[in-house]
Amino acid sequence: MADRMFTVLIWAAALLVSAAFVWLLGDLVWRGVDRLSFSFLFSEPLNAGREGGIAPILISTLLILSVALATAIPLGLGAAVWLAEYTRRGGIFGQTVRLSLDVLAGVPSIVFGLFGYAFFCSYLNMGFSILSGGLTLGCMILPIFIRTIEVGLSAVSDDWRRGAQALGMTRAAALRHILIPSAAPALGAGLLLGIGRATAETAALIFTSGYVDRTPESLLDSGRALAVHIYELSMNVTGGDQAAYASALVLIVLIIAMNAGALAFTDRWLSRRITP
Amino acid sequence: MLLATTAALILLLVLAFLLLEAWPVLSGGGWGRFLSGEGWYPLEGRFGVLPMVWATLAVALGTIILAAPLGLAGAIFERFFAPAPIAKAYRMVLALLAGIPSVVYGLWGLTVLVPLIALWHPPGAGLFTAIVILTLMILPTVALTSASALQGVPASLLHGAAALGMNRKGVVIGVVVPAARSGIISGLLLAVARALGETMAVLMVAGNVVQYPTGLFDPVRVLTANIALEMGYATGDHRAGLFASGLMLTVMVLVLAWFSARLARDGRDG
Repeated sequence: MADRMFTVLIWAAALLVSAAFVWLLGDLVWRGVDRLSFSFLFSEPLNAGREGGIAPILISTLLILSVALATAIPLGLGAAVWLAEYTRRGGIFGQTVRLSLDVLAGVPSIVFGLFGYAFFCSYLNMGFSILSGGLTLGCMILPIFIRTIEVGLSAVSDDWRRGAQALGMTRAAALRHILIPSAAPALGAGLLLGIGRATAETAALIFTSGYVDRTPESLLDSGRALAVHIYELSMNVTGGDQAAYASALVLIVLIIAMNAGALAFTDRWLSRRITP
Repeated sequence: MLLATTAALILLLVLAFLLLEAWPVLSGGGWGRFLSGEGWYPLEGRFGVLPMVWATLAVALGTIILAAPLGLAGAIFERFFAPAPIAKAYRMVLALLAGIPSVVYGLWGLTVLVPLIALWHPPGAGLFTAIVILTLMILPTVALTSASALQGVPASLLHGAAALGMNRKGVVIGVVVPAARSGIISGLLLAVARALGETMAVLMVAGNVVQYPTGLFDPVRVLTANIALEMGYATGDHRAGLFASGLMLTVMVLVLAWFSARLARDGRDG
């Protein structure tokens, strides 16, 4: 009898949770889909965002994301390769770097916002700009990106390294042709996590890339990210709820689409160079 | 080497800039002034963050009390009770939900949950609403980490339990959950860290009045929300106070992360 009770409880909890999420997602689609149209995506916001579209905001979002990825990918890949291939396993310096990366991964995003504001905006004099916002996000996603790739690289069997050496390949060639392609799934996972976190981020951007909702003319212009737009519409613009829901829908679709894209990219381009 | 050093340097830079910016407040009276109970009146030079610290802790505690059993139940459901196709769908939905931006949870809380709770306990925005929204937000993560901890339990334990004639409840409660304990708790601690560090969702539904939380429906303001709300216009000591509260938040999260890492390591060794 007790077993039956337990089964019922577990099912009830699972159903309760599912119901809450169906409610949430249903609301999002139901409230957002009315406003969603071709012109919503490709026109300027009017009347503080209550009317019009989100075109400049989408452009700013993509620019901020590109800056973040352009800093995080080379830096992260290099650091991960160094940690996995060029340090002694269990060496002090490597361990210290690993520990500080794990610590960084847990720092709240608003603290990265404070840091970005003090360092990029004030100290480096970039002001509220897409560049400062993107660099702040780059710092934010870097630790999780490095650690994911490093774990992937370390998981590649040592036989492959010895094989490459036996064939007389240089270390760089082995990395380029064998090790990085075989760690491609980890690279993809790191990219997914990074893109997901960066696109969803609001708190770190409010006082680094700013609020301006015009189309940015250069990377030094302020630009409003989609997540900041949703926050602004729902908190500070009365009557902006519907546009906020439509933007939220766009944001979620954007995240899902970019995840799918990153997966396809790592599948096609990186694993093609190696025979399984 | 150079790149990795840069990555490590970023951590030092983050801490250095927080300390540097917070210094004016910390040096003039130190942590004592910051932690004294005189309240947060930045324009009069009083920077007592204690009400907001308590609010932050109350929100995180409430969230974990709700999210831990529900998340664990979800993981047990996915692993032991759901038929295979449902389990697979459940996993995919959880992964999708874990990727929904916090600002979207905030938006939904503000427009749907706040009016609903206001019918019952006005004004609606407050501690309880914040707890519900954060619970929804971290549930997928808790369920996913618990599920992977449950998955790590060796099959031989399950076979042994089945051979002893234990029923499904006995196996789950008596064998699997204790065996996966350290993984589950370390996942929970990481979730608490996320709840502590979350800004947007809480900012949008918690009411943002600086006061000690005395009831479940009081409007409260947490540390992260305070930074986001006041950073735009803060200058001088006020600004330094905000950086100091950011530093404090980081320390709170770091302590949790450290416990979590220790638990995960103990789990592997033991």
